[in-house]
Amino acid sequence: GKTREKISGSIDKIAIGRKIDDEVLDELEEVLVTADLGVKTTAELIGGLRGKVRRKELADAEALKGALRAGIEEIFGRTAAPPAMTAKPHVIMVVGVNGVGKTTTIGKLASHLSAQGKKVMLGAADTFRAAAAEQLEIWAQRVGCPIVRQKEGADPSAVAYDTVEAAVGRGVDVAIIDTAGRLHTKVNLMDELRKIHRVIGKKMDGAPHEVILVLDATTGQNALNQAKMFNEAVQLTGLILTKLDGTAKGGVAVAIAGELKLPICYVGVGEHLDDLRPFDAREFAEAIFG
Amino acid sequence: MFDNLSDRLAETFKRLKGHGKLSEANIADALREVRLALLEADVNYKVAKDFVAGVRERAVGQEVMKSLTPAQQVIKIVREELSSLMGGQAEGLNLIGRPPQVLMMVGLQGAGKTTTAGKLARMLAGMGKKPLLVPADVQRPAAIEQLKKLGAQLGVPVHDSDPGGDPVDICVRALGTASRLGCDALILDTAGRLHIDEPLMAQLERIKQKLQPGEILLVADAMTGQDAVNVAEAFHQRLGLSGVVLTKVEGDARGGAALSIRAVTGVPIKLVGVGEKLDALEPFHPDRMAGRILGMGDVLSLVEKA
Ligand SMILES: Nc1nc2c(ncn2[C@@H]2O[C@H](COP(=O)(O)OP(=O)(O)OP(=O)(O)O)[C@@H](O)[C@H]2O)c(=O)[nH]1
Ligand SMILES: Nc1nc2c(ncn2[C@@H]2O[C@H](COP(=O)(O)OP(=O)(O)OP(=O)(O)O)[C@@H](O)[C@H]2O)c(=O)[nH]1
Ligand SMILES: [Mg+2]
Ligand SMILES: [Mg+2]
Repeated sequence: GKTREKISGSIDKIAIGRKIDDEVLDELEEVLVTADLGVKTTAELIGGLRGKVRRKELADAEALKGALRAGIEEIFGRTAAPPAMTAKPHVIMVVGVNGVGKTTTIGKLASHLSAQGKKVMLGAADTFRAAAAEQLEIWAQRVGCPIVRQKEGADPSAVAYDTVEAAVGRGVDVAIIDTAGRLHTKVNLMDELRKIHRVIGKKMDGAPHEVILVLDATTGQNALNQAKMFNEAVQLTGLILTKLDGTAKGGVAVAIAGELKLPICYVGVGEHLDDLRPFDAREFAEAIFG
Repeated sequence: MFDNLSDRLAETFKRLKGHGKLSEANIADALREVRLALLEADVNYKVAKDFVAGVRERAVGQEVMKSLTPAQQVIKIVREELSSLMGGQAEGLNLIGRPPQVLMMVGLQGAGKTTTAGKLARMLAGMGKKPLLVPADVQRPAAIEQLKKLGAQLGVPVHDSDPGGDPVDICVRALGTASRLGCDALILDTAGRLHIDEPLMAQLERIKQKLQPGEILLVADAMTGQDAVNVAEAFHQRLGLSGVVLTKVEGDARGGAALSIRAVTGVPIKLVGVGEKLDALEPFHPDRMAGRILGMGDVLSLVEKA
């Protein structure tokens, strides 16, 4: 798309027709930082390249791009695999800060899994935000799957419990539980999330089988704090990166993959039911580096 | 996660003996630390570069004040430059002109437009005005329902619309509702959209043209990274923004987006959202934000006293 051309173009401008030296690498720093990789990850990647440059292993722009792509891909290669869907129901809990796209992503994920022939059920455990359950209900209708909800202000743990109970009772394959957006710095809200997690486990051994953190690709370095603190509270199994249809590159996901070894399960590329894509490290790296 | 900038600067000046002059050579390391701190705070790459160049220009040749260490002197300059770049003074909403005054909320998906619309309605009602909330988001599932619930919580009327309607028509009709209900302010909640979405950006232009809002507020998430400048520039070019509301400021984001948006568009940040509840809206303090971007609060007040 548009984004890719822009970035690729900027590297070509930097690298084509020039000897690749330290100065080029400095200019490259701009490309990486501007893609939100962060100062530290950028320094690590560029540090790795400096050696190759000194050893004259990188002759031209193509070689430089290739090395960078490989560097990024390698970081994603070290992440864990998302858990396989062996339990029935396979329970997925979706968490994240406010407005990142949790509810929408659940709609898309439900649609994706339904298309694979799985029976899906949704749980509206965001009982706080105005019309959150109504929003999820509309997604459930679009997908054509059942939803468990209670009235606004109800205990979110109770909704989560009911969802797992109903999922077991009705023999569904996957139950996906939406939670209210919350900042990772709010202790009481993070405690509430822990409780939801615990209650789900009480209803079904081993559940939730997946805890997915939804991250907005527009987010800068704060995403790293988000990932760390949600991971501490409810032990994440993976990430979904949304809003990659914009101009943001979501480069902070590289730092998160490097530090927490969390895989990116899917990426969101729009507001429609089918705007969910599997994550492809190579494609992601290419979108950043061209 | 990162050391406080003032500690890092103190470290870089260890080698500088006495309180001589700041020179290109002896502040190079310090400026490097400033630049890194800005980038770590998500200040846009180019904005950070220009900023550091400005600080260098001001600092080089300066005599270090008796009461300050060289590190404190650099911090003082950085702090002053940062505050002035961010506007120096807090700027309020423009509510002059013939009623009804129209306030239009725009921005990316999930930034906090609908919530901020509710918060503004509460604020205006508190000032003795009679606001009308206008749901012009026919895109997001249950967006109208969301605004209706906020209106009900506040006891503020909400224009009746449905997702089958056209956003421009909804806004125009809301003018009629306002005069019928005796409302003197309209708050337009528009759908979240990407700044590169041509048809949806054109739609905002049409709403602007028909309603002539006195305030067009970009609602932006304080956690936004390097892309903040692209987004703000695009919205500003199309609509001529009158202000920015920075949301989710109560978290631990360093908020470099604030500086980037201000530096690139010149549009003032007028308000900050500090929570999900409808009373969590505050005036923007450029000075506080400067300290926060640098990751330092208390040290700055020490410097101020000097
Ligand atoms: N462009 C784009 N917009 C998205 C994407 N995913 C979600 N959105 C939009 O982002 C906005 C917020 O999405 P929600 O699903 O309500 O986010 P949430 O995390 O559930 O929000 P809270 O529950 O309020 O914390 C909506 O306008 C969505 O349509 C995406 O991949 N691309
Ligand atoms: N913590 C915190 N959350 C906020 C703040 N402002 C808004 N939110 C939350 O952010 C999420 C998104 O807010 P909305 O008002 O729905 O955002 P929007 O821009 O209208 O979203 P779309 O209409 O989908 O584009 C909700 O969970 C809000 O409660 C704030 O200042 N602090
Ligand atoms: Mg939600
Ligand atoms: Mg909205």
